[in-house]
Amino acid sequence: MAEEMRIVLRNYGKVDPLNIDSYTQVGGYQALAKAKSMSQPDLIEEVKKSGLRGRGGAGFNTGMKWGFSYGVKADQKYVICNADEGEPGTYKDRIIMENDPQSVLEGMAICGYAIGANKGYIYCRGEYPYVVEILNKAIAQASEKGLLGDFNIEVRMGAGAYVCGEESALIESIEGHRGEPRFKPPFPPVIGLWGKPTIVNNVETFANIPAIVDKGADWYKGIGAAGYPGTKVMTLTGDIVNRTVIEVPTNTTIRQVLNDFGGGIAGGKKFKAVQIGGTSGGFIPESLLDTPIDFDSMSAIGATLGSGAFFVMDETRDIVDVIDRISKFFAHESCGKCTPCREGTQRMHEMLHRVKNGGAVAGDLDFMERLGTVMSKACLCGLGQAAPAPVLTTLKHFRNDYTAKFN
Amino acid sequence: MADYREIISAYKEVPGGIIEAYHAVQKEYSYIPEDAVVYAAQVFDMPKAKAYGVATFYSYLQVGPRGKNVIRICESAPCHIAGADKVVAALEKELGIKMGETTPDGKFTLEFAECVGQCQATPVITINSQPYGDVTADKVAAILAEYK
Repeated sequence: MAEEMRIVLRNYGKVDPLNIDSYTQVGGYQALAKAKSMSQPDLIEEVKKSGLRGRGGAGFNTGMKWGFSYGVKADQKYVICNADEGEPGTYKDRIIMENDPQSVLEGMAICGYAIGANKGYIYCRGEYPYVVEILNKAIAQASEKGLLGDFNIEVRMGAGAYVCGEESALIESIEGHRGEPRFKPPFPPVIGLWGKPTIVNNVETFANIPAIVDKGADWYKGIGAAGYPGTKVMTLTGDIVNRTVIEVPTNTTIRQVLNDFGGGIAGGKKFKAVQIGGTSGGFIPESLLDTPIDFDSMSAIGATLGSGAFFVMDETRDIVDVIDRISKFFAHESCGKCTPCREGTQRMHEMLHRVKNGGAVAGDLDFMERLGTVMSKACLCGLGQAAPAPVLTTLKHFRNDYTAKFN
Repeated sequence: MADYREIISAYKEVPGGIIEAYHAVQKEYSYIPEDAVVYAAQVFDMPKAKAYGVATFYSYLQVGPRGKNVIRICESAPCHIAGADKVVAALEKELGIKMGETTPDGKFTLEFAECVGQCQATPVITINSQPYGDVTADKVAAILAEYK
């Protein structure tokens, strides 16, 4: 039986999110003090050595990212916490911020010291006004006690655009523009918010930082999968007995998540598929359930770890119906800046809708595969590149569900 | 009701503050009046087209009137398989309007939403951002009663 391991959620249920004293009583802000006793390059090297990779979905080495910003001379730098959690099936960042906001603030302040930034933003999704309140109270308490030093944090509210989870679109939104992704390079660590070096990290990434600084890179590196060490917070939804949030080492397998923590399929039914990483994640069949959840193992089977959403479907679910719904999501959320995504998501939805309603014509499935492949290569940002993954993986693993729709 | 001019002006010095200003207006009015967009363009010194472009880019912001209480029903995949369509039907029946419409008394508007991050309790609706989980057709009337 696999067991949970709580690093990110180490204070879950142990601290009062609205009382900073409860956080300092469990050792809060000691990691920031320790970080400040180190030189900036040593601190960045420690984070790099820990192997921590971004928990928002892209999986880039966090310390390496910080190093890019540290290396640029600028009169102003920024730290942004990406709390625009919008992947359907995901609510981990909300759980972290609602229960332990100070860990996130401390992680941001450590990053601020490391790269030389005195200003931070938390970009929290508009659907979470109650989280914004908690964050603002937490920031006020930390500032009042002088715990953040000269590091200043402001909360900005997103407004319901999924694409703003993409870091350059998020930056555009903080600047008060439409949230359309930028052409890259240059990347935000070099030229970001208002043209200044900017580190954008996910809530879960920042919540890991105090623990890593406190216990050291070697400790963290030894946990979970070698290439993607540490833990991952997963949110279990769909046809699963326990719809809940868990944190497990990254070498835990999909099957363990499903059975040991999820309690298996609800209603005594059989497993059909699980989609991991949010609505842009690949669909995984029974035969691949023994794959570990870490980033690289998931990539190897054509899936993703992404946000850690774990969306289970039982044997009664119509895969084509679910994919049709997902394709509508992307047609709605495409920002329209680049043609492959703007047109591709619409055409994909049209074709899927036709297949679902029994009106498919010969060649539709091949067209969908071709369109999906083009989008995954030609779209400007991660939204369009990942949008076809559910279609492509179900055409691969659940093709019979599609052909059953042909009259 | 506070004047939208005052609300927007308060954000004049905030870098990139137009979205925050829109949020604040919407909190007061439940939507963004068209004239407020024109006014925001002045305050933030940008063309009206750009101020309008920003306001209409974001699905959480609504330009033009809608009901006092905004009911959003999540139709993302986890809520979809959990029976969001039945909740939609129950809400439409209870309020006597279709999705996207507002009740004649101006009290309620029904909107679709994508994931609102409460997937431990699908299907989910929100009323003025307050989430309600594990909603069934049977529970709809009782939930709405709180707002009538």
